[in-house]
Amino acid sequence: MTSEHHKENFLTKYIWSTDHKIIGLQYGITALLWLLFGFILMLIMRYQLAYPETPIPIVGALLGEGGLLPPEMYNSLGAMHGTIMIFLGVVPLAFGAFGNYFVPLQIGAIDMAFPKLNAASYWMYFVGSIIMVTGFFVPGGAANSGWTSYPPLSNIATTGQTVWLCGMVFLITSSLLGSINILATVIQLRAEGMSWMRLPIFVWVQFITAFLLLLAFPPLEAASVLQLMDRLAGTSFFMPSGLVVSGVALSNTGGGSPLLWQHLFWFLAHPEVYVLILPAFGIVVEVIANNTRRPIWGYKSIVYAGIFLGFMSFIVWAHHMFITGMGTTMSSFFQTTTMIISIPSVVILTALFMSLWGGSIRYNTPMLFALGFLPMFGIGGLTGLPLGLAAADIYLHDTYYVIGHFHYVVAPGTIFALFAGIYYWFPKMTGKRMNETLGKLHFFFSLIFMNGVFLPMMAQGLAGVSRRLWDGGEMYAHAAGVLYLNEVMSVSAWLLGMTQIFFIVNMIISLLGKKTGEDNPWQATTLDWSATTSPPLGHGNFEVVPTVYRGPYEYSVPGADKDFTPQNEKA
Amino acid sequence: MDIPFTVKDRPDTGLYNGKLGIWLFLASEVMLFGGLFSAYVFLRTGAESWPVGSDILNVPMATLNTIFLITSSVTMVMSWASLKLNDFGKFKMYLGFTILLACGFLVVKYFEYTAKFEHHLYPSTNNFLGIYFTMTGLHVLHIVGGIIVLFYFLVPGNKMWQSDPDRFVNRIEIVGLYWHFVDLVWIFLFPVFYLL
Amino acid sequence: MSEYTTEEIHHHVKTYVMVFVALAALTIVTVAISYLDLGVVPAVILALIVASIKGSLVACYFMHLISEKVTIYWTLLVTLACFLVLMFVPLSTMLAQAKI
Repeated sequence: MTSEHHKENFLTKYIWSTDHKIIGLQYGITALLWLLFGFILMLIMRYQLAYPETPIPIVGALLGEGGLLPPEMYNSLGAMHGTIMIFLGVVPLAFGAFGNYFVPLQIGAIDMAFPKLNAASYWMYFVGSIIMVTGFFVPGGAANSGWTSYPPLSNIATTGQTVWLCGMVFLITSSLLGSINILATVIQLRAEGMSWMRLPIFVWVQFITAFLLLLAFPPLEAASVLQLMDRLAGTSFFMPSGLVVSGVALSNTGGGSPLLWQHLFWFLAHPEVYVLILPAFGIVVEVIANNTRRPIWGYKSIVYAGIFLGFMSFIVWAHHMFITGMGTTMSSFFQTTTMIISIPSVVILTALFMSLWGGSIRYNTPMLFALGFLPMFGIGGLTGLPLGLAAADIYLHDTYYVIGHFHYVVAPGTIFALFAGIYYWFPKMTGKRMNETLGKLHFFFSLIFMNGVFLPMMAQGLAGVSRRLWDGGEMYAHAAGVLYLNEVMSVSAWLLGMTQIFFIVNMIISLLGKKTGEDNPWQATTLDWSATTSPPLGHGNFEVVPTVYRGPYEYSVPGADKDFTPQNEKA
Repeated sequence: MDIPFTVKDRPDTGLYNGKLGIWLFLASEVMLFGGLFSAYVFLRTGAESWPVGSDILNVPMATLNTIFLITSSVTMVMSWASLKLNDFGKFKMYLGFTILLACGFLVVKYFEYTAKFEHHLYPSTNNFLGIYFTMTGLHVLHIVGGIIVLFYFLVPGNKMWQSDPDRFVNRIEIVGLYWHFVDLVWIFLFPVFYLL
Repeated sequence: MSEYTTEEIHHHVKTYVMVFVALAALTIVTVAISYLDLGVVPAVILALIVASIKGSLVACYFMHLISEKVTIYWTLLVTLACFLVLMFVPLSTMLAQAKI
């Protein structure tokens, strides 16, 4: 790609840009907006759960008669909340934004391997996300069969489900293009001296994530095509014979299997959860190494654990299907692999805790979020263990326990890590610093309210309250004792929402603030901080393409004159 | 500054970026068609009864199609080899034949599909036809995509042979790899649906 | 990227022609064995073996896999492992269903 210094107008520089940093920002801004939107959907749901069949304030008129939230709409909000948070929010932010922006910088490259493909992947994501949301405007509303879209329900659902499937095809294609780019970039464009074992952990985990997306997403694309055929062409891939809906026998030929969808869906969706957590691990490693002023403990074990985790993630998926009647042989197989896959996570978490030992810890905002991640991910991971064992899972499946488990990992888990990344890399992206006081307020209140929302879910789940219930468990006599927690969780959720105002205000005033003129305010060792063009980084990233002489976390090297030694500093 | 290894091979991997890129893409395509083949196996094994392919589908037409695609694979790789031997004329001839054979495949498929519809055999008729139409339909879409790209390199895009010949040869190699993969999928689709 | 000499290309061309002949012949074989009265399982196995041979010829010679680089081999190996899991594991859960 020749560097033609043709005249760039606003469109080519900021809209159709092929520069990985602009594309990273496009992904980031779009993803943060979708995260906010998906969050608001949940706030509406939580009003219904706290005060059943009471008109929803502010947005009630949009939702139903008299401002009341009808059950089908509640189900739409639930399905779309999950879909939007995962596919429009977290993955585009963790992989599309952070991956695109910082992988080339950290490996010493001037851009991604395929810049035009990069732009294409962003715009496919953008179009796919618009398609997804138009579901709210079609007759019958948005998809309402869960983010998992199980047939036969999803097959007979209203038009919104077809819209969901079309949106997924675009989003999956976007992901595939992005994965190809990250993989080719890391393999081919590492700077001289940047061997595999000198890569920052952030790059390693993005690499593994890209492999997961590349190989796990296509079966879901296949399944989406099959479900579209069922819905539009009258096939019966997922429809068993003899289905009767509302007293009327369906006219399709039958002979299909709802379990086929579940297998193809979870073949993607299980690796998908590792896609959600791996970039978070990477960011936490970067921030902890930087703010303990010592090397990461167990670099190699983290790398090998990550690779092992990647491989194992392909053979555990049916732990989401323990209640489908598989025999003891297959059930034992999946329980075994699921127990084994908890080991690499423990290795990584242990390495992160050990990395704090003997460190000179700086408690700035990114570090607080990274530290908060550790016990929160710990709770998330530990609560997953009973779910991985069939005997306990048969009781806990589809209860609030599951919702509590996965939200702990993703919300005070991944999202905290993503906040850490934003606070940490803001100076590199803008040349300015975010306000520390607002940042700390953002952290402490988020931590408190996250636990206020998700800890009671464990109690409700153990008491047998099912998920996806519009009435929040009111119909169950056995749940009576834990129903009061609905209001507790809802109030925590609304307060959690208000806490994000600290973050939004901080972003705005920081962006409007003065540049600090510092290239490396955190005194970090990785190549992104030694990029020789000042922030915001210019075209080409490096005035002189770096050569790498040392590992990524050489902090407090004995005998060195400063407590950090950049990777491109000669031995 | 230019992105390195777009034309030259990176020394330690021995690859140029585009070649790695297309193989990664093909890996994802293996999983896409793999998902559909897995669905086929799952549906057929769980079915009470399953028709014999050759009773419903037209074996001679599909055999002809198989020959078309295999030949198109040869002409595709010959077009690349011609460029390596600096014979632009032969390159265009072989690429043209590849496109022609691909169009021939589509024509045969058109007659096959319309014949089915005339006999009231649709995807919704039974799961055999459902998965047959879905998988061959997706394959047809891949052929169409391939034809578009091949045509681009035959006509508007061939100027790069003048401006950056090494890069052009690489692009032909890359599209060739895609084309061979499309042939490969058919090599499995043909016996699975028509003969088993 | 001119890793091949003119001579090597001419040698390759000979190979391409031979592979084409082999593929055409194997296509005839594929159709021919479908006329044999085999049970489903032997028919499937035989058909897959022939298809795999044809596929390998296309991959190894037309796609030059036989002389490809280690990175590509590793990528395809991982893909193959995932493909095999996808083909056999869902089927296994169906075949080994719980007896109620």
